[in-house]
Amino acid sequence: MRANNVLGLIYSNGYDACLNELTALRTMGSVPFGGRYRLIDFVLSGMVNCGIPRIGIITKSNYNSLMDHVGNGRAWDLARKRDGLFLLPPFNFHNSGTDNNRIRSLIGTRSWLAASGQEYVVISDCNVLGNIDYEKILAAHEEKGADITVCYARGKMPALPELMAFDVSPEGCVEKITISPKTDEKQNYSLNIFVLRKSLLERLLHEAESHNYTSFERDILQQNSNHLEIYAYRPGEFCRTIDCLQTYYDVSMEILNPAYQRELFNPHRPVYTKVRDDVPVIYGLESAAKNALIADGCVIEGTVENCILFRGVRIGRGAVVKNAIIMQEAFIGDECCVNSVIIDKNVTIKPHKQLCGDMQYPFYIGKGLVI
Amino acid sequence: MARKKECIAMLLAGGQGSRLGILTQTIAKPAVPFGGKYRIIDFPLSNCVNSGIDTVGVLTQYQPLLLNDYIGDGRPWDLDRADGGVHILSPYQQIKGTEWYKGTANAIYQNINFIDRYDPEYVAVLSGDHIYKMDYAKMLAYHKEKDAACTIAALEVPWEEASRFGLMFVGGDGSITDFEEKPKDPRSNIASMGVYMFTWCKLREYLIADEQTPGSSNDFGKDVIPAMHKNNEKLYAYAFDSYWKDVGTIDSLWEANLDLLNPKSNIDLSDRSWTIYSNNTAQPPHYVSGTADVQNSIVSAGGMIEGKIEYSILFSNVTVEPGAVVNYSIIMPGAHIKAGAVVQYSIVAENAVIESGAVVGEDPENMGDDRFDNWGVSVVGPSVNIGEGVRVPPKSMVCEHMKGGSLKD
Repeated sequence: MRANNVLGLIYSNGYDACLNELTALRTMGSVPFGGRYRLIDFVLSGMVNCGIPRIGIITKSNYNSLMDHVGNGRAWDLARKRDGLFLLPPFNFHNSGTDNNRIRSLIGTRSWLAASGQEYVVISDCNVLGNIDYEKILAAHEEKGADITVCYARGKMPALPELMAFDVSPEGCVEKITISPKTDEKQNYSLNIFVLRKSLLERLLHEAESHNYTSFERDILQQNSNHLEIYAYRPGEFCRTIDCLQTYYDVSMEILNPAYQRELFNPHRPVYTKVRDDVPVIYGLESAAKNALIADGCVIEGTVENCILFRGVRIGRGAVVKNAIIMQEAFIGDECCVNSVIIDKNVTIKPHKQLCGDMQYPFYIGKGLVI
Repeated sequence: MARKKECIAMLLAGGQGSRLGILTQTIAKPAVPFGGKYRIIDFPLSNCVNSGIDTVGVLTQYQPLLLNDYIGDGRPWDLDRADGGVHILSPYQQIKGTEWYKGTANAIYQNINFIDRYDPEYVAVLSGDHIYKMDYAKMLAYHKEKDAACTIAALEVPWEEASRFGLMFVGGDGSITDFEEKPKDPRSNIASMGVYMFTWCKLREYLIADEQTPGSSNDFGKDVIPAMHKNNEKLYAYAFDSYWKDVGTIDSLWEANLDLLNPKSNIDLSDRSWTIYSNNTAQPPHYVSGTADVQNSIVSAGGMIEGKIEYSILFSNVTVEPGAVVNYSIIMPGAHIKAGAVVQYSIVAENAVIESGAVVGEDPENMGDDRFDNWGVSVVGPSVNIGEGVRVPPKSMVCEHMKGGSLKD
């Protein structure tokens, strides 16, 4: 299967509610991650790197920040005459569109699908972090002759509503689909990345519409698991599902490990993002930074340990910042002491403040606050 | 048909910069990396956009591949315009044969057609090898106020350095009364910055005349400006008093980079009102490990920093392994400093590798009186490998791999 025969469809709002602190003012796709990225960058870049030429982003609400971020798709080389990047805002028919329903939002994209020349579709959410090699998924789909390929990871079920778990045969065939099984045992849980023929998707959507189905997982996949050849594919790359603020924090801390950084920021599959013209990081005298990812535009004059600093963060003299995620343009005043916090964009912490959360319960400070 | 523009800029970027030696062996001087993430040409290009000049001709000649690639369609500087924008102008074949750009004035002369398309009132002629932030719009306003034929940006330099520059004698009203090109005993300390604003119809006339002058070196400083002066055209000096540096030598390139670390040097690149744009690639933030110690330095994206860094500028994708020491040095993109290596008072060019235990450069403090004669910045050329345990003495320029012995010897 040549990747230029494949469409990408990305849900930018999938599971927003699970990360409500960070998604109050934005979509899941525009949640900042890893010092200079937004979650959607990883999915978009992955699709672009394997050669998918036409990508639609399904949006539902709060998509200002997303539109601002992706723009015309230039940063991903998707500003093209032919194909390229499309934002697919809710299509208001059947009074639908704004509820969190995969089927309805897919139906809303039907005319865009119909106008696409590609034969296959890859569907993905934004809350799975990783540098996934989509080429391998497409190859597996073709090799197995699958009707639908679903990607999965193995581990404890993430706390996402209606998440599928698969029983997979040794040949990789999905034998049974269970939805949100209540168990602490390891499961093959869905990464919600699907590959199928566009024509099959259109047929399934048509059926769903005429039967008034509401659940993609229950009514389409689970119900059809005996009629369709559904294969499971487990990506070998580093990937993590973000299902709450704690996992967002944990996964962020995990990428302080250089081995994971090498996987996530694989130079052969670069992660693209909107470019800001920041100056490189300036370290002052008596700065002390250890085990930290530090993005351009930061000025460090204090102590930083086990941290992720986004672009344009300032750490004042004598400030001590540990185990923290500090987003764009935040300002940490002189002699502050900050531990185990997630600080959203444009926050100002005035000098001499003490803020402390716990690594098992990080303290979140909302966008634009002044403390 | 292009629309009329009031002012367009012509950027001279064809120079080899031979005094930068190995650094400009395969790239033109304006493409030399600067300040952690920039290339020198980012400064005049960003000055243009920030000053409202949206049409820029970039004259390239020497090793233009990287420069052409870097400038591309001008997108990083917002110069990808339907009307105007950045244009790369290389020498081309003409009916009477092919000619290289013989001098700075000849380069503009050969592109009179390009300039005429925009029918500008004024043309700014800029050098592609200076580091400075300047509002050309203010200079243009001054030029118009004085109704000058040519305005030359002027900088007061320390007397002891004056003999390195083209000097001007300026009257009380700002008019230029005389010139002196790099004199032994300077009588003025007002230096030309190589930034000119011309009234186009005047310049056009003098370019054509200069081309017909036998024996002319077709240079602005040596021929065109003196000719204008001789004919009593109105020449004015525009006083500039902020940071400006010609980075034409290894020492000045090294100094200008380290100036970024000096708060007193008056060059602040983080000023949002005058952003210096550059062609960025997608690099993740840099990582400083638990063994790193970074003091008073600038570090760019994509790096892996595990050693000790002091008073240095690290470009993108630089790796400094644990136990390595980098002092007072400029480490260009992709360079790799291995465990236990020491790099001091040096410039390490793109993708060079310094193997374990190698020592590059020397701290002048350790050289006693010898430093007056033998100290200087060391340079390791692009993609050069400095072998294990090798010592690179101060003031040297390494162009080829240096094979090291085993550390155990």
